[in-house]
Amino acid sequence: MSAALLIDIILWGSVIGVGFIAYRRGPKIALASFREGSWDFINIVPRIALGVLGSGYIAAVIPQEIITGWLGPNSGWLGVATAALAGAATPGGPVIGFSIGAVALKAGGGPPQVLAYVVAWALFAFQRLLLWEIPFMPARFVWFRAAVSIPLPFLAAATAMAIGKP
Amino acid sequence: MAEESADAEPAPRRKRKPIGWSMITIVVLVAISATLVWRRDGFGGVLEILTHDLALFGGILPRVFAGCLLGAFVAEILPHEKVSRSLGPNSGLKGLLIGAAFGAILPGGPFTAYPVASALLTVGADFGATIAMVVSWTLIGYGRAVAWELPIMGTDFTLWRIVICLPLPVIAGAFGRFVYVRIYSPRSEAE
Repeated sequence: MSAALLIDIILWGSVIGVGFIAYRRGPKIALASFREGSWDFINIVPRIALGVLGSGYIAAVIPQEIITGWLGPNSGWLGVATAALAGAATPGGPVIGFSIGAVALKAGGGPPQVLAYVVAWALFAFQRLLLWEIPFMPARFVWFRAAVSIPLPFLAAATAMAIGKP
Repeated sequence: MAEESADAEPAPRRKRKPIGWSMITIVVLVAISATLVWRRDGFGGVLEILTHDLALFGGILPRVFAGCLLGAFVAEILPHEKVSRSLGPNSGLKGLLIGAAFGAILPGGPFTAYPVASALLTVGADFGATIAMVVSWTLIGYGRAVAWELPIMGTDFTLWRIVICLPLPVIAGAFGRFVYVRIYSPRSEAE
């Protein structure tokens, strides 16, 4: 069984589960929620379309070599800062993000720097922000969330330096 | 702040998002990038990316629909007073921990995490708890780690990365709360 199929089963299973709970509160409530969700979907489709179609073009003009260059065998806090920036600027999905991290590790990048890169990628990768977070969440929340997350890659790198892992 | 939400109607409807500056910025960015691609690779290059992304778009649409339904049902079935008590502005460290735990166990990808997070905000969770949930989903959630990080980065790196990241969602949530009450006066949060 492929991972995508498993995700779909868990996803639709959860939808049916919460839908059933809503239905037991009353068919009217469930129908209203269903309509609400469908309207959200219709509202969000143009934004998702813009995110999916648009981020492909943005990714195409940011070559991966630039990102890998930023992740060179820098050391120290400047390296961590560059790694955090590189994580935010990395185009593409998880395969690209983690592959760049793996390449940087093999090419002699320091583990704290690579850790900062992976954490920053998870928190700030512009493609996920544009494609998913902004269409679904209030924009005010997204910017606020990103702003208060800025110290996190540095905290992670500091912890890694302190305990000497990974 | 808790009294403020009392004058909202009992079943809050999510506001549709207006076209804001974020979307306009994205449109401009996309237009510039597409022009750059067109000048570099010609019309064929533009078309190639478009067809590839259209296929991707078609593939994720059903999941987006499922995510929207999930968010709407969750907003309906979660007891609002309970959520605002256990995840609201006065929920303390416990609220942040609940948010972080919820984010870590949430199944699915971004198509579930963000609609559900948005639903939590609607039914009374504050920014701090929701930040803890989103950050926890992105840093500790097992979905991406198992599917992508373990095979590509290796077990050693992935496990240490997760261990090091364990406290971060709560730290981000606490920091978010600390900043939030200082920059938004209680009046301005009439959302």
